[in-house]
Amino acid sequence: MLPLNDAGMLSGLVCGVLFGWVLESAGFGSPCKLTGQFRLSDWSVLKVMFTAIVVAAAGLLGLQAMGWMEADAVFVPSAMLAAAAVGGLLVGAGFAVGGYCPGTSVVGLFSGRLDAGVFLLGLLLGTFAFAGLYGPAIEALMNAAEVMAGDSLPEAYGVPAWAVVLGMAAALVGVFVWGGRFERASRGPVTATEAVEGSAS
Amino acid sequence: MEKSSALHASARPVRPFWSPLVAGVALGLVLLLTFVWTGHGLGATGATTRLLAWLGMVSAPSVTAANPYLGPIVEGGHPLSSWISWQVLGVALGALVSAFWAGRLRVQWDGERSIGRARRIAAALVGGVLAGFGARVAAGCTSGLGLSGAATLSIAAFVFLAVFFVAGLLVTRLVKGV
Repeated sequence: MLPLNDAGMLSGLVCGVLFGWVLESAGFGSPCKLTGQFRLSDWSVLKVMFTAIVVAAAGLLGLQAMGWMEADAVFVPSAMLAAAAVGGLLVGAGFAVGGYCPGTSVVGLFSGRLDAGVFLLGLLLGTFAFAGLYGPAIEALMNAAEVMAGDSLPEAYGVPAWAVVLGMAAALVGVFVWGGRFERASRGPVTATEAVEGSAS
Repeated sequence: MEKSSALHASARPVRPFWSPLVAGVALGLVLLLTFVWTGHGLGATGATTRLLAWLGMVSAPSVTAANPYLGPIVEGGHPLSSWISWQVLGVALGALVSAFWAGRLRVQWDGERSIGRARRIAAALVGGVLAGFGARVAAGCTSGLGLSGAATLSIAAFVFLAVFFVAGLLVTRLVKGV
């Protein structure tokens, strides 16, 4: 029965190498390409993330439907909505200002970008500040607006999982169509050559 | 190979990026493999948090152990000995090999051509601090909560991603960081 629940060194290294390889190949080591999503001139971030979410969600659903994987066997983050919203706000702002998110800054550094190393240093400082300020006030914020009925959309609101995946697949088509229009109406996606040269965006 | 540019750490010809559809399907399959193999998804800031806890233990052990956030992390043994540390090490290796192989490995201050080096360094630092703090509030970042959580249809993941994109759209219009 799946999942194998193997949390050893080998699974970490193998999944990590594949993750880093795909992110770099998508162009996600380049801050110009990544922030192109927010300038609406390069929709690669939304296209890639959304496609991956639909593929993985459909895969999990398929494995459960075939009886190969137990339902609710994989980790689902708790539905702490205030924490998710405040965190999303800060990570989104940090992405727009710094040019990376935490995972892609590792990809940036290991494709030679020194500014990504500075971003990583900032991540450590931000974590340090959080640990220093951590106490009842932050805990109260993090525990606010928690959905008690469940952590996932099907669990909390009774929406069938296949309907959520189907809805996301439909939205994905929209992302490709609309994103393509925005890309054609602007400078368009950052190419590998531009990214390597550190193109002025 | 024949044209070696002084700018490139690897003198290989620059290969184009994968199309977003190909990269997205590949990323989805890697994420699915991770779920099937380990029972959870991919991440990033779990490793930087553990790195900070380790740095704390090396430089100020009593303060770190007494800290209400870092203390519980160091109690469970060596802070770096965890799945997420190996996974992030893997990300570094995978990115390095991929960038080298495709002629995309180049040592540079990316973004300095548009805003200058000093401003680029300041922006990267400030952005990192914001993202590092935010990822602790949300107990996850774009990978760990946004990507991996959304694949499990997590409500918190959808809220995170929605606010993340709106914040990014707005802040990009106010600050030029790259």
